[in-house]
Amino acid sequence: MKRYLQYMQLFFCIICFAGGITWASYGQCAESDGEEATAHPISSTADHSQFKALHKNFKNGPEVTKACLSCHNKAGKQIQKNIHWTWTYHNKKTGQLLGKEHLINNFCSNARGNEGMCAQCHISYGATNFHLPKKQSQIDCLVCHDTTGKYYRLPPTKGSPACSILFAGKKPIDWKNVAQHVGLPGRANCGSCHFYGGGGDNVKHGDLSSIMANPPKSVDVHMSPDGQNFACTACHVTKNHQWSGSRYQLLAKDTKGVGKPGFRRHATSCESCHGLNPHPNDSVKHIALNTHVKRVACQSCHIPAFARGGVATRTFWDWRTAGRTKNGKGFMEDNYVQGNGEKRETYWSIKGNFKNGENVVPYYAWFNGQTTYTTVNTHFDPTKPVDINHLEGSANDSASRIWPFKRMETWLQYDKGYNNLVYTHLWGNDDESFWGNFKLKPAIARGMKDAGLPFSGQVGFIKTYSYWPTTHMVAPKEKALDCMACHTAGGRLNGINGIYMAGHSRFAWLDQVAWILIALTSAAILIHILMRIFISFKRRQS
Amino acid sequence: MSMHRIMVYTRFERLWHWLQALAILTLLFTGLRIHGVHQLISFETAANIHTIVAIGLLALWAFATFWLFTTGNWKHYMPTKQGLWRIVRFYSYGIFQGENHPYRKAFWRKHNPLQAAAYLGLKVVIFPLIWISGLMYLYITSGGSWSGLVNFPPAIAWVHTLAAFALILFLLIHLYMLTIGKGFIKHVKPMINGFDMVDLSRVEEAYLEADEPGHIKDNAEG
Repeated sequence: MKRYLQYMQLFFCIICFAGGITWASYGQCAESDGEEATAHPISSTADHSQFKALHKNFKNGPEVTKACLSCHNKAGKQIQKNIHWTWTYHNKKTGQLLGKEHLINNFCSNARGNEGMCAQCHISYGATNFHLPKKQSQIDCLVCHDTTGKYYRLPPTKGSPACSILFAGKKPIDWKNVAQHVGLPGRANCGSCHFYGGGGDNVKHGDLSSIMANPPKSVDVHMSPDGQNFACTACHVTKNHQWSGSRYQLLAKDTKGVGKPGFRRHATSCESCHGLNPHPNDSVKHIALNTHVKRVACQSCHIPAFARGGVATRTFWDWRTAGRTKNGKGFMEDNYVQGNGEKRETYWSIKGNFKNGENVVPYYAWFNGQTTYTTVNTHFDPTKPVDINHLEGSANDSASRIWPFKRMETWLQYDKGYNNLVYTHLWGNDDESFWGNFKLKPAIARGMKDAGLPFSGQVGFIKTYSYWPTTHMVAPKEKALDCMACHTAGGRLNGINGIYMAGHSRFAWLDQVAWILIALTSAAILIHILMRIFISFKRRQS
Repeated sequence: MSMHRIMVYTRFERLWHWLQALAILTLLFTGLRIHGVHQLISFETAANIHTIVAIGLLALWAFATFWLFTTGNWKHYMPTKQGLWRIVRFYSYGIFQGENHPYRKAFWRKHNPLQAAAYLGLKVVIFPLIWISGLMYLYITSGGSWSGLVNFPPAIAWVHTLAAFALILFLLIHLYMLTIGKGFIKHVKPMINGFDMVDLSRVEEAYLEADEPGHIKDNAEG
């Protein structure tokens, strides 16, 4: 029984941005790293283990960072401009201030005010709630550049005492060894955060799971060691520590295609490698498919489903049921068994009820790359579901294409008096943090107060949707969608407006009138025949 | 005037007719599949065949149009009211009284007035509707500029579908008409061997005997 409780406590503590699962994955990926290093298109010209600056007994991360920056003397400034550091994105088109440091999502709701936990995935050392580090010496170079697989990160602060087990029993990091074995980021580096967004393996994106560290070709042709063996940066092209391909402002329709020979375009689009006519013009079908490119994103056909390969994604989340306890303690249920045999949560006191899904058919919508967010400052009509990130685009907009998305559905807490979303104080060693006290209202009151925002004191729940462009897990071409997936009544693009799709779109009354006319003509012919037979029969008789 | 068995459908005209018939049946079959009426073949196959056969038929029509105008055969299709009423009366009344078909083919009038009007309607209304809409659809969906034309495909598809249904109606009546009068086989045969009974003037008869002896098979019959 005691052991059982201990397990419960453990489950309770493996929290947002998945501390626990993150380090578990490192072990898995370590084996592949050697292979990956040899397969990497750019092999290093330097052996870091020979650099004098790294022949030190480093005691912590910042000491390593100082050593890194002593040679890479421009990297610090570059990183300070990177969204992984700023957690801020200013959308010039909509004027909205976005990024993890500002937004509310419909998973764990908000990083702001919970940085003591969430900044486990901020590339820094020493974050606390409402404070992200600013100094170059606080940059964590290793999370991206470690190649040993033995480096890990923990939540920056300890939170509620119930979570102490989260920090126990970890092998100390051998800083010197890690520092001497740095290299270009591999899939596992990016994956240590991006595979676990939303609080667990593949919870958030649906197309980014731990499978992607070494995916079989059937899951991802580009990233599979049996395929192109791409690192993330093969597509997310980097220039001065700035990555291309942010979903905050996405290139929904690339009209430039491949760049000039020898130059890699700073663009993360299929077209930047495959060109604007990606199918060979050798058959009617291929010519027709090349014309589809103008209106349909490559991903819509070439990613027939997401959450493939055995790891589920979260499709539904219900905060209304969060906070239930058994004997005063939080608990967890894991009644979903995913493809690889692992159990996944279906209820968790700190988060509420979940639904998980695998091989999920995407949600399709017109998209021009622009999104308008419902932020903490947006007042909405609470009688309708709220789009966390409203997708812009339509058939009339030539910059739009039909894109696939993971649509996340969540019942999320909001301020019922002022009709806006709220910052919830989840993480902290105090009497208000939801993760520890299980009371939503004081947690919201504290979250809003700390952020300097008004709170009416009324807590409600609202149905929200968020949309995650599905763009990884590109299947082998034989597995791309068949014409019939869309060109049929009730096909996948049911509900997509403004476009005529043969086999799917109908002119109901034209069809009806036509068939009636055909039936009437046939009937007239039949009557004509019968009359001819009847009269000739009569004439013969007489 | 006397009836003679002469060449009414020359080799090209017959080839044109049968290739066109084959193409239209194929296009109808695949078109109905694309439209989602049946699922006997895959959408992909249907769309493939439909596109290729349509382009082939357009080529055939280019030749046929050239042929019609250079040989003067277009004259057969000019609309006329002369004798039209007698034809309509025959189909709706006379046929039931055991009357014979009132029309006699003439050298420059091988179709009866109703038939000529129907074929003309087919050539100048239904066919152009279907090929112009078809080409526009292909253009717009295959690299034609989308901006501004985005809203047109539904209208274009509407016209294309409408014309296709009109063609089905034509086919039904066209096939049924073959059974009226001399009977199905006697109606189809001229389109196979080219020869049919035509009422010739003495001058026409003399011309054929002198200049086209292969085009006139026998003398006075009926």
